[in-house]
Amino acid sequence: MIETLLPQLATAAPHTAALGLVYERLADDGTVVLKGPYSEAFIGDPRTGVLAGGYVTALLDHVGGLSVWTALKGYAPIATLDMRVDYMRAAEPPRDLIGQARCYRLTRSIAFVRGLAHDGDADDPVATMQAAYILTAARPEREKVGA
Amino acid sequence: MSVLDHIPYARFLGLRAETVDGEAVIVMPYQPSLIGNPMLPALHGGATAAMMELAAVERLARDLEQADIPKPINLTVAYLRSARDRDTYAHARISRAGRRVANVLVEAWQDDRAAPIAALTAHFLLPV
Repeated sequence: MIETLLPQLATAAPHTAALGLVYERLADDGTVVLKGPYSEAFIGDPRTGVLAGGYVTALLDHVGGLSVWTALKGYAPIATLDMRVDYMRAAEPPRDLIGQARCYRLTRSIAFVRGLAHDGDADDPVATMQAAYILTAARPEREKVGA
Repeated sequence: MSVLDHIPYARFLGLRAETVDGEAVIVMPYQPSLIGNPMLPALHGGATAAMMELAAVERLARDLEQADIPKPINLTVAYLRSARDRDTYAHARISRAGRRVANVLVEAWQDDRAAPIAALTAHFLLPV
């Protein structure tokens, strides 16, 4: 059910369309994968052509939200409470950016998410993220997600 | 002239450096392409965070007179209120700039300076 919703949730909003985000896949463990295609419009340092940190952050914020809906098994109103992003290294221009995230814990009101961004090798990330999302409509009980 | 004029992603977001009530601020004028939730409607959190990070970059470039653009090490953004479909402002303050690393605090708001929509803390590696 969520598999059919995810491509729409990944790209339908005006800002995600402007960012050119592309839905890639949903892994068995609930990890959602999005692609952020390289574009000159998203460069943060014109001398190097490296993508802006803010572009990496926007991709991670969005894929994190998708991972919460995946854990909830459907769309529900959520809002990002906070997000931490560590930038390990510059993304290699002109490689596309891949963002992936998994919601590893749900409580009645909060979803906890970890994710990363890479440019071809998930073991050599460009950035890692940790975020908490608030579920604005309360749920009955807490649950551990997936395996 | 602002460093933002040279950063393609800042142009993509439509950012401008301005002075409002004697305070240096970064403005992200409302445009429909910034919307993340069309139902509320609300700006995408990624746009708000990116705008705040670039406000920190602009502040560092201005105050430290760096030729190179400082590289972000990490950041934490807290979303305090929903960002609605209107202009967004940010003010960045350098809380410490050492030889290699700077810590910058950024606050963003819309209609009411006293009701911030987001707060960001970031570390940057300063150009040698």
